[in-house]
Amino acid sequence: MKIGVVTFPGTLDDRDAARAVRLAGAEVVPLWHADANLHKVDAVVLPGGFSYGDYLRCGAIAAQAPVTQAIVKAAEGGLPVLGICNGFQVLVESHLLPGGLIRNENQHFICRDQKLRVENVDTAWTNAFELNQEITIPLKNGEGGYIADAETLKRLEGEGLVAFRYLEVNPNGSMNDIAGLRNERGNVVGLMPHPEHAVEAGFGPDTFGTMRSGVDGAKFFESVIKAVVNA
Amino acid sequence: MNPASLANLDTVAVAATTPDKAQPWKELGLKEDEYNQIKDILGRRPTSSELAMYSVMWSEHCSYKSSKIYLRQFGEKVTDEMKKHLMVGMGENAGVVDIGEGWAVTFKVESHNHPSYIEPFQGAATGVGGIVRDILTMGARPIAVMDQLRFGAVENPDTARVVHGVTSGISFYGNCLGLPNIGGETVFDKVYQGNPLVNALSVGALRHEDLKLAKASNPGDLVILFGARTGADGIGGVSVLASETFDSTGPAKRPAVQVGDPFAEKVLIECCLELYHAGVVAGIQDLGGAGISCATSELASNGGAGMRVDLDKVLKRDESLTPEEILMSESQERMMGIVPKKDLKAFIALVEKWEVEYSILGEVINEDRLYINWHGQEIVNVPPRTVAHDGPVYHRPVAYPTWIDALNGDSVANRGLARANDNATELAAQLVQVVSSPNQADKSWITDQYDHYVGGNTALAQPDDSGMVRVSEETGLGVAIATDANGRFCQLDPYQGAKLALAEAYRNVAASGASPMAVTNCLNFGSPENPEVMWQFQQATAGLADGCLELGIPVTGGNVSFYNQTGDVAIHPTPVVGVLGVIDDVARRIPSGWQDEGHNIYLLGETRDELDGSAWAGVIHDHLGGKPPVVSLAGEKALAELLHGASLQGLVASAHDLSDGGLAQAVVESSLRFGVGARVWLGEIMERDGVDLTAALFSESTGRVLVSVGREDDVKFVGLCEARGVPVLRIGVTDVKGVGASLDGAVVAIKDVADFNLADLRDGWKATIPDLFG
Repeated sequence: MKIGVVTFPGTLDDRDAARAVRLAGAEVVPLWHADANLHKVDAVVLPGGFSYGDYLRCGAIAAQAPVTQAIVKAAEGGLPVLGICNGFQVLVESHLLPGGLIRNENQHFICRDQKLRVENVDTAWTNAFELNQEITIPLKNGEGGYIADAETLKRLEGEGLVAFRYLEVNPNGSMNDIAGLRNERGNVVGLMPHPEHAVEAGFGPDTFGTMRSGVDGAKFFESVIKAVVNA
Repeated sequence: MNPASLANLDTVAVAATTPDKAQPWKELGLKEDEYNQIKDILGRRPTSSELAMYSVMWSEHCSYKSSKIYLRQFGEKVTDEMKKHLMVGMGENAGVVDIGEGWAVTFKVESHNHPSYIEPFQGAATGVGGIVRDILTMGARPIAVMDQLRFGAVENPDTARVVHGVTSGISFYGNCLGLPNIGGETVFDKVYQGNPLVNALSVGALRHEDLKLAKASNPGDLVILFGARTGADGIGGVSVLASETFDSTGPAKRPAVQVGDPFAEKVLIECCLELYHAGVVAGIQDLGGAGISCATSELASNGGAGMRVDLDKVLKRDESLTPEEILMSESQERMMGIVPKKDLKAFIALVEKWEVEYSILGEVINEDRLYINWHGQEIVNVPPRTVAHDGPVYHRPVAYPTWIDALNGDSVANRGLARANDNATELAAQLVQVVSSPNQADKSWITDQYDHYVGGNTALAQPDDSGMVRVSEETGLGVAIATDANGRFCQLDPYQGAKLALAEAYRNVAASGASPMAVTNCLNFGSPENPEVMWQFQQATAGLADGCLELGIPVTGGNVSFYNQTGDVAIHPTPVVGVLGVIDDVARRIPSGWQDEGHNIYLLGETRDELDGSAWAGVIHDHLGGKPPVVSLAGEKALAELLHGASLQGLVASAHDLSDGGLAQAVVESSLRFGVGARVWLGEIMERDGVDLTAALFSESTGRVLVSVGREDDVKFVGLCEARGVPVLRIGVTDVKGVGASLDGAVVAIKDVADFNLADLRDGWKATIPDLFG
């Protein structure tokens, strides 16, 4: 099982994503932005960060990178792709997922332990969760406010494409409390919060009872391994 | 190049033939004797480029000319034992400490105070950028940052401008670099109104064999400038020269504050780490203050060699820059590498991979000379050591402050400040007031704007007593860092104040389960030209050096920031002290709050009636006077060793240091950390230590830590304390854990004071900063 982890200049959480993949038991294949060769990976993670500095709209330049073009093509053929934070922005800018992400409502970058509800478990990245399971994983972004036009929102809700919703606090003003989406096929999932920061006890979010022991993010990576093995 | 400008060029040849030409040395901040000293060194007047270099390198900021004679003691008051783990000491970009298993860490704290008042966002942002490059320069991967902030009074309308700008600047730059921000300090006081302090700390990790030094020692090696292009930022005084040398066609006024591009820095970090890994740089220096002037002269001087540089090869953002401006530009995100010719191809391949621009400026030569040419004409010809290291040294006058005896006499006791010992309602109100005051309140409105997760190695971060990061994923080996400085105590007694800052940072590191190992500092003071400020500096440095010697941990580096004042009024002396500790496995770290119900709460250490300079005196009585708490470093050492031993045996479930706000603050914070209530009684403290209720709650006596211990470990723990001679007293038990967002059921009950609903305490503690700045 080989999972590609993409590095654009300015990607920050690539080493974390690689660690999460390793801990789940898969082999990590580093993918470089300028290289369109996906090296026969079974799945791809687009990690968080500020690709190319994100001085334009977040993810807009990364969406044009050779590696992204190859990923888009492969995703259309069914390759499981997870976009986290900046990776989610890249997926949206590449039109693999609809809508857009704008500056947080309060205008500040925010880093917090975020509660989410998993609303769809029929995807390559969520099949190890229970439907409507409540999980806590870190959120950290400056431009995480999800927006879409009314028609798109209606379609997302109607077709069950909302994969994750914020609970208790909507940290960035996202419409309908949307934290993450899936595509129709279920192979592409994108979300603002960071599952790769909740995979190792001692370094994750606080849980009720113990400091930094939240590992809810590990299920994303278990899911994709299951999905690939069963495919 | 405009031929007219070239014709006006102040070359070495021109300087030799026009010895009496008037030069703006005064406007550049040089004293007459310093200017004459330059002429003596060169045997002629300096060219305008040389004058630019000397003036900036001999400035207080770069040369430490007023502080040097005091900083020496950090290198002198040390034992061999203290040097045992020191791989690189003071004088390099940052000190390097061996932490075992083939790993080393490098850390340093630096100020960016003045730019952060003028332009808070960019000032703070480039402060982070600068310190991170210092760490990178040592061959290390930067692994975390922290910030030590001092702002003006919360009620002053200008404070919000600075708070918002600084916080956003740190957030913008630090978050984009992918470095977890693991803690720091935020203090408000009117003394910082016109002169906020923005100190930034960074820590990096490296394998022993990857250590890099800033030196150019092999003749023939290439001098390569890479990273961002050179622009007109950070050029302060040089505008005097520009207008002197040229007519008024160029842009005369240059911005004094640099502008940062964190993306460029992130790419530079990854690029440099790959260059190190490939072994293609023989020496490296980051460009910060004094830019190319500093990098060329220091690299050559450190390496005992010389250098020949063609300055016109520098890649510029603005072609109209003059050579003087290029020499002094403080454009960010630039590095100077010394590359052996045989490695050039590999070097180019890597910088091109990261799309980093570079230009080869010249080469190292076997001669004690720094030659700089501009379009073939020699504009600099100097011995590099005279620029970089042999600058002037001042013995500034020192005077015992005329006001300090009166201030010391104006104590809480002499003033007869009212205590509410017989009025439980009033005392309870004071507790809430202290805990919710801006300096004691929750700072998460600030720290939530910083990413503390990135890297996946953060074991502790705010609001814990120290920040802790894992260095080795194989073994769990990690480091803890805490920084402290209580300016109020330092105003009362700078010698004790510096020791107190050291003691507190040391205690915070110990409370996390790590063993304190090394010290860095950022000494923020007023004008060195004021003899009373110089006395404060003399006292504080002596206190810190004596304290380090007593604790047996060396100072590995640091930074001095003078001229922190508004008009004639200096800030409180603020020697920020950072202590680094090592922990063999971060899984062993001690949380800073209670997690379990029914644990015993112990107070370690003794409480004296020490309310002078305390948060209680400040918040309740708006008073500052008297003498700061007594420090017993032997006691701190015993306490640290006890905590280390207890942590190894897994005996303590939590530990929280007592400092500002005393026991009251520590109890409330320990409860709020995980929403677990407590029942606490003070009678035995009062009886054993002979203090009243107010002192039991709010005294800031040092050497105290609050710990919680599971009942099954009770006997063992108390036995350990007694064996090590650390005073121990059971003062309470942890109580019900609050449920849900409203912390239902959780209460902090302090006998003879009040039962506080934990949710109410939290709401007050959390609301203060957002209400002021949100």
